[in-house]
Amino acid sequence: MSKQEFIEKLRVKLSNLPQKEVDDRIAFYSEMIDDKIEDGILEEDAVKSIGDVDDITSQIITEIPLSKIVKEKLKINRKLEFWEIALMILCAPILISVIVGLFVVIFSIYISLWSVVVSLWAGFVSLCVGAVYGILVGGALMIFGDTFVNFVIFSLGILAAGLAIFLYFGCKYTTKGMVYITKKLIYLIKIAFAKKEATNA
Amino acid sequence: MDIQLKRGLLDVCVLTAIKNEDSYGYKIIKDMKPFIELSESTLYTILKRLEVAEMLTVYTSEYEGRIRKYYHITDCGLKRIEEFKEDWKEMWSLYQFITKGDEDE
Repeated sequence: MSKQEFIEKLRVKLSNLPQKEVDDRIAFYSEMIDDKIEDGILEEDAVKSIGDVDDITSQIITEIPLSKIVKEKLKINRKLEFWEIALMILCAPILISVIVGLFVVIFSIYISLWSVVVSLWAGFVSLCVGAVYGILVGGALMIFGDTFVNFVIFSLGILAAGLAIFLYFGCKYTTKGMVYITKKLIYLIKIAFAKKEATNA
Repeated sequence: MDIQLKRGLLDVCVLTAIKNEDSYGYKIIKDMKPFIELSESTLYTILKRLEVAEMLTVYTSEYEGRIRKYYHITDCGLKRIEEFKEDWKEMWSLYQFITKGDEDE
């Protein structure tokens, strides 16, 4: 890949990010490639050593805060034509409700996933309480009166303790999973914002 | 290595690379190469961070018909290097304490 191709590719991928940031980055890589070529490295190798366009893109996107990307996306760089404004006003009732609806759906799925995590933890806590109660009360009662009922209470306590330990790992991994999903989601939103124009271009 | 720790270390490394004379991107990477392999993207992020923190200033200069960015260390940057050296002394004595037991075993 030539330097020109590399820069073109990068520019397309980043077209929706803050323009100043992109220009700055590209100037930096461009200078770096020129210096490498001057140092006797072949253009192709110099470009290759900078890294894969996709890797660089995802690194840049991770570094720029989401708020900045959204702000850049919402900024309109040119004056709007009359018919565009008219179209916007006409479509607003439908468009806005669709966007809000979509957002609400995604958000509610996200919240319900978190509520699964919360309920798992709640289950864990109640098993812990049950275990402590069963073992302490059942155990104490067994010492004073060795009846079958007391034995059952005690055994249920032990059982609850076992289940609690088991569930603890379930809770831990689902929580970890949700944290991962949250990070991924933020990244995907960023990508969606960054790439939209690139596909149009 | 811990990311925060490494980030702080790399900041000081880059500052040191421009300490004696103003330098540019490719030269910084080349000067650091015998000690640490730094990718272009990583260097960009570090330079940006140091610029925002006012530890270095950037100016452009023409070189062989093209523009090259040079980085100049500020007093604040120099101070950071000195601070790091002081911190390191403390860390070093802690390290010696931590590893003292290893030899006895």
